[in-house]
Amino acid sequence: MGQITLSSVTKSFGDVTVIPPLDLRIEDGEFVVFVGPSGCGKSTLLRLIAGLEDTSSGKIAIDGTEATDLPPAKRGLAMVFQSYALYPHMSVRKNIAFPLKMAGLSPEIQAQKVEAAAKVLNLTSYLDRRPGQLSGGQRQRVAIGRAIVREPAAFLFDEPLSNLDASLRVSMRQEISELHQTLKTTMIYVTHDQVEAMTMADKIVVLQAGRIEQVGSPMELYRHPANLFVAGFIGSPKMNFITGAEAAQQGCTTLGVRPEHIDVVEGGPWQGTVGLAEHLGSDTFLKVNVAGVGDLTVRVSGERMLRHGDPVSLAPQPGKLYRFGADGKALA
Amino acid sequence: MARKTTQTRTAVVTVAAWTIGLLIFFPILWIIILGFKSEGDAIKTPLAVLTSDWTLASYHEVQERSNYFLHFMNSVILSLGSTLLALVIAIPAAWSMAFVPGKRTKDLLMWMLSTKMMPAVGVLVPMYLMFRDFGLLDTRIGLVVVLTLINLPIVIWMLYTYFKEIPGEILEAARMDGANLRAEILHVLTPMAVPGIASTVLLNVILAWNEAFWTLQLTTSSAAPLTQFIASYSSPEGLFYAKLSAASTMAIAPILILGWFSQKQLVRGLTFGAVK
Repeated sequence: MGQITLSSVTKSFGDVTVIPPLDLRIEDGEFVVFVGPSGCGKSTLLRLIAGLEDTSSGKIAIDGTEATDLPPAKRGLAMVFQSYALYPHMSVRKNIAFPLKMAGLSPEIQAQKVEAAAKVLNLTSYLDRRPGQLSGGQRQRVAIGRAIVREPAAFLFDEPLSNLDASLRVSMRQEISELHQTLKTTMIYVTHDQVEAMTMADKIVVLQAGRIEQVGSPMELYRHPANLFVAGFIGSPKMNFITGAEAAQQGCTTLGVRPEHIDVVEGGPWQGTVGLAEHLGSDTFLKVNVAGVGDLTVRVSGERMLRHGDPVSLAPQPGKLYRFGADGKALA
Repeated sequence: MARKTTQTRTAVVTVAAWTIGLLIFFPILWIIILGFKSEGDAIKTPLAVLTSDWTLASYHEVQERSNYFLHFMNSVILSLGSTLLALVIAIPAAWSMAFVPGKRTKDLLMWMLSTKMMPAVGVLVPMYLMFRDFGLLDTRIGLVVVLTLINLPIVIWMLYTYFKEIPGEILEAARMDGANLRAEILHVLTPMAVPGIASTVLLNVILAWNEAFWTLQLTTSSAAPLTQFIASYSSPEGLFYAKLSAASTMAIAPILILGWFSQKQLVRGLTFGAVK
């Protein structure tokens, strides 16, 4: 089980309020990602759930039991840190066994569980090494191993892949997703990387300045962003925002259109010149300066060989325009 | 760019370094030499001292006149006892200052250090009277307490700097893994800080071994460490250079040997954090 409920939880450091009153419900077995720019309070929120920080007010319940004042060890949660936080003076085996030792399990059971976890994570041949002798990816797997042996109610991940290089990040991302499929345990994952959020989450919680901007499945957030912030944050490259006369024509303050929803066509409504063309192979990203609209990013097929200075005519795909009011909220 | 070193330059630097080193070491060397001379030879001119006969007479006499072993054991008990007591107090204190600092932690650390600047003689009378009234004069336990208190600021400071180097996330991980405070300090913090703790222990043992103000004021015989043993051979009148030197050599030899073998650890420990 691993259902977590936050009710009116707040956190202040001195006079600074990092988390204004916040309510959130995380269902058992869900993979929830907290995403937002740095300083948005996502890590603080995770630490509040972990018990590493005390809430200033509000309640946290785990599986229906009040946990607000419980110390971290008593909450039945396991955490994987960005810096791995392995014990450098212990072998991999002892690192993974540490929570079991703390729980007072017999050495035989400890050994069994460590072996089982090592097998799942392909760490069997590294069990007698020290963390210092492992690569970044292996260290992160040890940290995950240390978390899974506890059989926690939920896993908490605090930007676990930030210290890894790009290709390792992709493979570890998949490993964590597969682990979730296998264990079916609640996972809460903090990241500033919207790609990680989109690819891994069952449910994304977008945070800004400690406030929840929107909660929903990746595709819900992509298709129906609640406001300008979410619209700009989810999706890569980010959504184009058009203000002024063009927006007013559509009856809104800001008009949003994603780069993949603009086509290069003959006789489209927007005439412009290519300012920059980034050829990625499969796709090409164009930065097009459109008179009266501004700079638009457009995603076209990699086959199209457009260059700096080429005139183009653009058309937004029908039904793919997002309209936002003066307060930044999406209009129906 | 690497600096160009000529042979002449290397030679000059080497000679200068050896000269300064020998000058600093000379008093100790001279004491060792005098210890192997007779009382009559010991007061001759330096050249005559060197050419005179070598003898172990002073060592024999010192052994007969006083109980070296008792003083040696006292020194061992006082330095190890005070170090152990200081560690028991300082590890939790440094833990809390390093990992759960309050608004006044920095001030507190500075205040602790400032007590080291106070002249010890300023509190001699009250300390002496307290020791007398509590029956602690010339007792090992009394001196262990005093030496602990004297070195506690340095021990806390050193441990605090070492603990500061340990990432807080590792301790948080231990907390998540179910460690209570005791387990966290015992299984995670202390083993990680072993190099730092070792340096602290070494330095504290040396400081306590060499402490010669309180040990001379508060002991006479039964708890007297080697400092008192040396002092008993210095007299305002009479010629006891050779015996004083023999006693001094016997007193400093153990700590000199300890220092020699642990110098690498000591230097590493004292510069830890500064060069990381």
